[in-house]
Amino acid sequence: MLGLAVYLVFFLIVVTIYAIMVMGLNLQWGFTGLFNAGVVGFYAIGAYGTAILIGPDRAALIGGFEMPFVVGLLGGAIAAGAAGLVVGLATLRLREEYLAIATFGIGITIQLVALNFDALTGGANGLIGLPRPYFDRFAVSNAYNLAYLVGVILIAGVIYFALERAVQSPWGRILRAIREDVTAARSLGKNPTLIRLQAFVLGSAIMGLAGGLYVGFIGFVSPIDFLPILTFQIWAMLIVGGSGNNRGAILGVLVVWGIWTASGYFIGQIVPPGYQSQAGSIQAILIGLVIVMTLLLRPRGLIGEEESVSSHARKQAQQAYKKKPAP
Amino acid sequence: MLQALADGLLTGAIYALGAIGLTLTMGILRFANFAHAEMMTWGAYMALGVLTVFGLPTAPLGPLTFGWPLLLATVVACALTVALALLIDWLVFRRMRDRVGHLTLVFASFGIALLIRNVVHLIFGGRATYYTTELQIAVRVLPDLRIMPDQVFTLSLAVVLVIAVHQFLQRTPLGLSMRAVSENPSLAVINGVSLARVVRWTWIVGGALAAVAGVLYGVTVQLRPELGFHLLLPLFAAVILGGVGNVVGAVVGGVLIGLIESFSVLVIPPGYKLAIPFLVLLVVLYLKPTGLFGGTSGGR
Repeated sequence: MLGLAVYLVFFLIVVTIYAIMVMGLNLQWGFTGLFNAGVVGFYAIGAYGTAILIGPDRAALIGGFEMPFVVGLLGGAIAAGAAGLVVGLATLRLREEYLAIATFGIGITIQLVALNFDALTGGANGLIGLPRPYFDRFAVSNAYNLAYLVGVILIAGVIYFALERAVQSPWGRILRAIREDVTAARSLGKNPTLIRLQAFVLGSAIMGLAGGLYVGFIGFVSPIDFLPILTFQIWAMLIVGGSGNNRGAILGVLVVWGIWTASGYFIGQIVPPGYQSQAGSIQAILIGLVIVMTLLLRPRGLIGEEESVSSHARKQAQQAYKKKPAP
Repeated sequence: MLQALADGLLTGAIYALGAIGLTLTMGILRFANFAHAEMMTWGAYMALGVLTVFGLPTAPLGPLTFGWPLLLATVVACALTVALALLIDWLVFRRMRDRVGHLTLVFASFGIALLIRNVVHLIFGGRATYYTTELQIAVRVLPDLRIMPDQVFTLSLAVVLVIAVHQFLQRTPLGLSMRAVSENPSLAVINGVSLARVVRWTWIVGGALAAVAGVLYGVTVQLRPELGFHLLLPLFAAVILGGVGNVVGAVVGGVLIGLIESFSVLVIPPGYKLAIPFLVLLVVLYLKPTGLFGGTSGGR
C-alpha cells in the first residue's frame, strides 16, 4: 500500500511538472497559434540552467554557483525565455511555419550541447548530486516528496491563475485576435509580431521553469531526460484536453501520461526482455496516433476552448434569458 | 581540405535529393512537411526489407559494395514510399486541406513523422544496420583525397536525378502545371490545371526522390530509424537557404549545407556537426528569409 502511495506521489509530481509545460505550450499554440516543435529544448534549457546555478562547485565544471534554488529556478526560466527570444526574433515576422522549423532546430541543438559541452553540462553523464531544496528539513524522503508535490501544485496553481487572468485581459484578447486573423488585428493598430514574441517568450520561460522544478525533484540532470519524444508527449497532452483551455490542458496531461505509463507497464510485462526497446516504440506510436486522430476527429479536444463572447454581450444574453417567462 | 570538399559534396548530394521533394511540398502543398525526412527512412528500410524478404544475393557489382539486387530493391522502395505518401495524403492531409489553418497540417505531419519513425523501429529494431557486410577500400585519387566507389556512384546518381527532375519540371506539361500551382494556385486552377493531379504528382516525385536519397544514405553511411529525424533539419535549412518552392535553390542549398557541415568539422568539434544546419538556418532567417534565389511562395 505504501509502495503504491509513494508511486502515486511520484506520478503526480511528474504530471504537475508536465502540466506546467503544457500550460506554457497552451499560451503559445492554444491562445496565440504559434507552433513550437522544440518543447523539449526549452524544458532542457530550464533544467540545465537551474542545475548549473544551484549545483555544487566542481573543479572540472564551469558551473556550480551554489545559488539558492529559487534563484536557480528563475535563472533557468530566464535562460529558456532568452532562447525563445532568439528564435522568435528570427522567425515571428515571417510565415508561421518558420517558427516551427526553428524551434525544431533548438530542440536538436540543445540535445547536442547537453551531450558534448562536458565542461558545462557534464556530457552524457549529466550533472549529479544537485541539492534538492529544503531536503535536510525532512527526516523521511517520502515526506519530502509529498511536500515537493504540494510545492509544485502550488506553483502550477499560481501559473494557472496568472495565465487565466492574462488571457482574459485585453492582452489575451489581442492574442486570440492575432491567432484568428492577423490582418484584422494589424488593421486595429496592434503589433502582431511584438505580441506574438511576448507570448512565445513567456511560454518558453514557463517551460524552462518546469525543467527547473524537475531538476529540484530528481536531484540530477542528464541528456536522457530530454529525448525528442517529450515534445510529442506534451503536444498530445495539449490537444487531447483541448488547446486554448488550461483546464483541458491539465486533463490532457492526466490522460496522456496515464496512457503512456500504462502502455509502458504492459509492454514491460508481456514482451520478453530482449525486445523491450523495440516494443517501446509502440508507446510512441500510440502518442503519434493520439495526435493525428485528435486532429482529424476531434480537433477541439476533450473540453475545447470556451466560446468567447464579450462580457457585455454575455450579460445581455443572461438578462434576456432571465426575463423570459417560464414555460 | 580536399577531403572535406569531397565529403561535403557527397552529403550535399543526398541532402539535395531530399530537399527537392521537401521544397516541392512546401511550394505546392504549402505546408512544412515534418514527415518528409521520415519518408527517406521508410524508403531506406523498405529497400532493406525487400533484400531480406526475397533473400536476394548481395554479390557486389564491380568495385561497389552492392549489386543489382539493391538497385531493384530501390525501385520497389520508391514505389512503396510513394504508396505511403499517397496513403497519408488520402487519410490525413486531404481531409485537412482548405478546411483548417495550414499550421494544423504542419502539426499533423509532425505526428505522422513520429508514427513512421516508430513503425520502422518496431519492425526493424533500433540497431544500426547496413545493406551489405562487404568492406570497401577507399581509393586514393590524390595524395590527400580518398574516395570510395560507392560515393562516386551516389554522387553520379544524384546528379542524374537532379537533371531529370529539372527537365521534368521545365519541359513537360505536368511539370509546368506543378510550377504554376507553386506560383499561384488560384490562377493555375482557373487555367484548367487539375489541383488533385498536381498534388498527386508532388507526392510521387517527392516520395520517390526521398526513397532514393534514403537508400543512398544507407549505402554511404548506415541505416538507423533516426536517419530521417537527423536529416530533417539539414533539409529544411537547404530548402530555406535556396528559397522555398525553388527546386534549383533546394539543390544548391543542399550542396551548400553539406559543404558547410563538412568544412565546419575542421573548426569545431564533430559532436556539434548536427547543429550547423540550425545556425545556417538562423542566419538565413535573420538576413535573407526569402533565400538565396527567392522562393515561389515561401518567404513572406
